[in-house]
Amino acid sequence: MHKVTLDPVTKTLRRGDVPTVINPLDKHALEEGLRIRDEYGGKVTAVNMGREETICREALAMGADEAIQLCDKAFGPGADTLATAYTLSKAIKKIGNFDLVLCGNETVDGSTAQVPPQLAVFLGVPHVTRARKLGFITERKLRVERSIEYGYMIVETSLPAVIAVTKEINTPRIPTVEGILESYQKEVKAWCAEDIEAEEERLGSTGSPTTIVDFLIPEIKRRGEILKGPADEVSRLLVQRLHELGVI
Amino acid sequence: MDFSFTPEQEMLRKTVREFAEKEIAPKVDQMDETGKVPMDLVKRMGELGFGGVIISKEYGGTGIGHLARVIILEEIGRVSAAMANTLQIDHLGESPIIYFGTDEQKKKWLPSLASGKKIGALALTEPVGGSDVLGIQAVAKKEGDAYVINGRKCWITNSHISDVCGVIAKTDEKELTCFIVEKGTHGFTPGREEDKFGLRGCNTGEIVLENCKVPAENMIGKPGDGLRIALSCISNVGRSGVGAAALGLVCRCLEEAVKYANQRTLYGKPIANLQAIQWLITDIYMDYEISRLTAYYAAWLRDQGARCDAENSLAKFWATRGAVRCAERLIDIFGAYGVLKGYVPQRLLRDAWPLVSAAGTSEIMRLVMAGSALKKFA
Repeated sequence: MHKVTLDPVTKTLRRGDVPTVINPLDKHALEEGLRIRDEYGGKVTAVNMGREETICREALAMGADEAIQLCDKAFGPGADTLATAYTLSKAIKKIGNFDLVLCGNETVDGSTAQVPPQLAVFLGVPHVTRARKLGFITERKLRVERSIEYGYMIVETSLPAVIAVTKEINTPRIPTVEGILESYQKEVKAWCAEDIEAEEERLGSTGSPTTIVDFLIPEIKRRGEILKGPADEVSRLLVQRLHELGVI
Repeated sequence: MDFSFTPEQEMLRKTVREFAEKEIAPKVDQMDETGKVPMDLVKRMGELGFGGVIISKEYGGTGIGHLARVIILEEIGRVSAAMANTLQIDHLGESPIIYFGTDEQKKKWLPSLASGKKIGALALTEPVGGSDVLGIQAVAKKEGDAYVINGRKCWITNSHISDVCGVIAKTDEKELTCFIVEKGTHGFTPGREEDKFGLRGCNTGEIVLENCKVPAENMIGKPGDGLRIALSCISNVGRSGVGAAALGLVCRCLEEAVKYANQRTLYGKPIANLQAIQWLITDIYMDYEISRLTAYYAAWLRDQGARCDAENSLAKFWATRGAVRCAERLIDIFGAYGVLKGYVPQRLLRDAWPLVSAAGTSEIMRLVMAGSALKKFA
């Protein structure tokens, strides 16, 4: 079992040999893109910001037509959601015309859920978050079921748009053996800051208005109370305490 | 010496593990309870391309080879040795066609086997012949442009679920011949299905051949090639496959042992701190490392086109007997919990035992290794 630990001095995560994985909700986003393409046609391009080429390969193995890896020292570490969204938006603009950008609603590490809305603003398109179901009303209009606390709301949006998905939307496909082999026959394009014409001061920690000042792992302590005495007395006390605590 | 896997093999391992954990694991208890083969999972393995790994692209497979095959079987075996064995017998059923079939025969059967639309098996063993291969009594008599086969096969994995079955029968007193018999052929029927105490969910049973008429074009190779075909396929595909399934089981034993030892506390500390438990874990660890190295080495040799009967026998012998040892050690670590039906160690022990004699007993493995050692070191 791999374990990520916290460096108490630098306040950063010590990854060690923990493998990098596709953010689980991004897998759902990719799957949704593949399903739309399989039904209606089109092209799916996977974009990953990070050092590991294996992420792009996995996306290709699932069936993406193309994969682009954004890799540059300038992109991180220390990039907050704004810098990340900016970087992604520059890459998408370089790709050119698009109909739909699909993202996971949040990552399992940061869990801010900020990147999709920020990305939409940078791209100048509408966005819908917490999407649990998508359907096309017309070729340029999408119907989205959006999860809310006790149910869902229906939202319609024109395309192009950014949609952030939840895990309820689908079950990501498992790559086939053939898909895995083909993924290594395809090219993974690697783009750096210069390729996407990004402004250096808007990248990485320089381009991040938020910084992490502290990082705490909460200590979970159990409240303990010892009841002493003869068994019948302790039993009576126990029932009384449980009543007081609202347990019974 | 480069012991690393290729990026494709690493991704394959990760993918198969995901499939096994997400799709096979939820059905393991039910399989163990009912003994029934989950055909939906068998179909899924076909859809994912696991059936075509030793079939070349020309005939609808991916041809990724034997080492990749071991990785797939290991990862499935880690969750369910029963499913791993079902898959590896599918490959065994393909192998006479792959390695000894004509181009027409390959085109006829391999694409549907590669895609998982059909499932393979190989029927050799009989009540009087298994280790004693030449003792088999099934007979194939030529009649015109067909052969009529009569006999009874036992201990055949996938007996009741296979669509394409290699059958070894005598065309003469000391002449064994291999035929492909398709499901639905008149006179070819599954017989009794065995109720094993372990490896449940992997079908084992009899095949009854009663005046089963098979076209002569279904013969693989020539009359008399059957012994060579059977032994080659069982050695290179069957034994390798059983070893890989057992390797997966050993890996699971190690994981469960470490997890439990870190969680269970005695004397105020996890039992992993106790030397006695550490020695048990070491024993499992050693079996794991030896099993995986011998399995990978044999598969690598096969991928290079080298002869590897002794290596396959060694890998199969070590991993299967190792699986039994490791499951016993695991039960030792779990203490009384190890024998409860709701805990995994007892199932691992029950699943390990049937693998020991699959594709040849331990004693036959020793004979193969002895033959090689006596020749090599003379």
